[in-house]
Amino acid sequence: MALLRPGIDATRHRRMQLWRERFIEFALRSSALFAVVGLLLIIVFVFREAAPVLFDRETQREASVPGFFATPLWQPVGDVPKYGIVPLLVGTFKVVVVAMVFATPLAVLAALFSSEFASPRVREAIKPVIEILAGIPSVVMGFFALMVLASWLQQWTGSTIRLNAVNAGIALGLGVIPTIYTVAEDALRAVPRSYREASLGLGATPWQTAWHVALPAASAGVGAAVLLGLARAVGETMIVLMASGNAAIISGDPFDSVRTLSASIAAELAEVVVGSPHYSVLFFLGALLFTITFIINVAAGVFVERLRKRLAGA
Amino acid sequence: MTVEMTDARPSLVTRPAVPPRTGEPKPAAPAGVPRLAARELQLHYGAHHALKGVTLQIPSNSVTAIIGPSGCGKSTLLRSFNRMNDLIPGVRVEGAIEVSGRSVLAPGTDVVELRRRVGMVFQRPNPFPKSIFENVAFGLRMLGLDDRGELGARVEDSLRRAALWDEVKDRLDRSAMQLSGGQQQRLCIARCLAVEPEVILMDEPASALDPTATARIEELILDLKGRYTLVVVTHNMQQAARISDHTAFMLQGVLVEFDDTRRVFTSPSQKLTEDYITGRFG
Ligand SMILES: Nc1ncnc2c1ncn2[C@@H]1O[C@H](COP(=O)(O)OP(=O)(O)O)[C@@H](O)[C@H]1O
Ligand SMILES: [Mg+2]
Repeated sequence: MALLRPGIDATRHRRMQLWRERFIEFALRSSALFAVVGLLLIIVFVFREAAPVLFDRETQREASVPGFFATPLWQPVGDVPKYGIVPLLVGTFKVVVVAMVFATPLAVLAALFSSEFASPRVREAIKPVIEILAGIPSVVMGFFALMVLASWLQQWTGSTIRLNAVNAGIALGLGVIPTIYTVAEDALRAVPRSYREASLGLGATPWQTAWHVALPAASAGVGAAVLLGLARAVGETMIVLMASGNAAIISGDPFDSVRTLSASIAAELAEVVVGSPHYSVLFFLGALLFTITFIINVAAGVFVERLRKRLAGA
Repeated sequence: MTVEMTDARPSLVTRPAVPPRTGEPKPAAPAGVPRLAARELQLHYGAHHALKGVTLQIPSNSVTAIIGPSGCGKSTLLRSFNRMNDLIPGVRVEGAIEVSGRSVLAPGTDVVELRRRVGMVFQRPNPFPKSIFENVAFGLRMLGLDDRGELGARVEDSLRRAALWDEVKDRLDRSAMQLSGGQQQRLCIARCLAVEPEVILMDEPASALDPTATARIEELILDLKGRYTLVVVTHNMQQAARISDHTAFMLQGVLVEFDDTRRVFTSPSQKLTEDYITGRFG
């Protein structure tokens, strides 16, 4: 219309277009702002609810940071509540180690296979399967670990304790495989074809090319993938809540039951009195979890940047 | 003979031995046997017919230039000799290719060993994001050579042969990505020489480089001439005339003319060749 009738119509058309552009920009800008503000509010809220542990005398008489390490017991309910978080830290550590030891090689090798060896058709088949794995609700994964995996493992290892760190760790590992696989596969596929051609052209085998050329060239992305998986594993709740046995024990045996930071929050927060020391402690654990994952994410960023620079030859 | 190239996967496990540091020149193919030969070579990229019955014989330890307009199949022909086209899905090859008299399209061919003997230098320098040393040592390491002293000696030797040693000897552990484009390309040539190939295929090795770096690559090619069999694709006819003993002129997947370089440039037998080298098309 504007093209057919120049003059006044054309300028009006232009002006309307301009307004529409402005409106779209405004909408996008406010969505971004809303997301960021929302996130900040959550963080502020968590840290505010945790603050009494650090600043409130009344709370500190029952639960304080030195107190967290003064007792090996996590018994938040009772006449004399005990808030020893060492068993929770140990439990989290154990489960996460098992999960990563289980998931990292599988996910990275799967990514290597699909980026380096699989025909396009096979690769197109692997992707959705892994995505389905990613789409399994963690409750379902936890349920599977609780009912099926635990029995298999018990039969296989002869462990007396059915729900333990290994059981929870493997289920958790299944949960983080998609994260690691997806990011690692993207990184591997981004490796220039010219590197592979150079390697094969020198008489390296396809496997040598994958292992000694493609994987090192993608190491920044693969490292980031592993760290992202680690961050997910540390924070994941439902699977460990259901599969770990939830006993707060300090032990080195991977076949003992464990209780993790995340599972403690999930299990106890619903029954706690708002504003009580126990309530503050749980939020403190939440803030701690947040800090740990935050540090892992920052570390991932730094790590990736360093490696990228080194590969570029700086 | 028809070979479905995508199905021919090189073996994952068997490794050839580390080749000896043979003297130069590389021993020629047996008398009467060309180093490289193609017979009635047909190649299809899916529906696209890229090579239409190419037949040629390239003698040992000579330099052959392949010229022709863009898209005529120069790279395709070059990559047929070390079966690099295997990497492209949907490629179909018919006819015969022989290296030193041995068929390389036969089903049992050890493609990994073939590519060690028939090295390749690409259009864009493509060093690995590793140190200069590790780039040159790569092929040898993949052949199972671990001995630090032997590796060091062979790396130095290869860098010298590629006329790069003096420029990099003080920074072998620095990243290859820091080198200039021309140095990177000579590094790629050194990397290729390290595994003692008999043939070196170069696909427009200087087209991404400035004139000075180009001149150095040409010098290097002349330096390697007579000791290795070199096949160099180029779109630069002066370059072809300067460096090569034989010249192949291709057009739309057909080998129009293949002869001594002097003859091709002074008295070509085909009208098409004459039109091309006098700049009437292309
Ligand atoms: N991977 C490929 N898939 C399909 N067609 C290709 C592919 N590579 C090259 N071709 C086609 O084959 C013909 C020859 O290509 P190429 O050998 O690269 O030519 P040149 O090196 O002489 O410029 C061109 O028409 C090109 O479009
Ligand atoms: Mg080309």
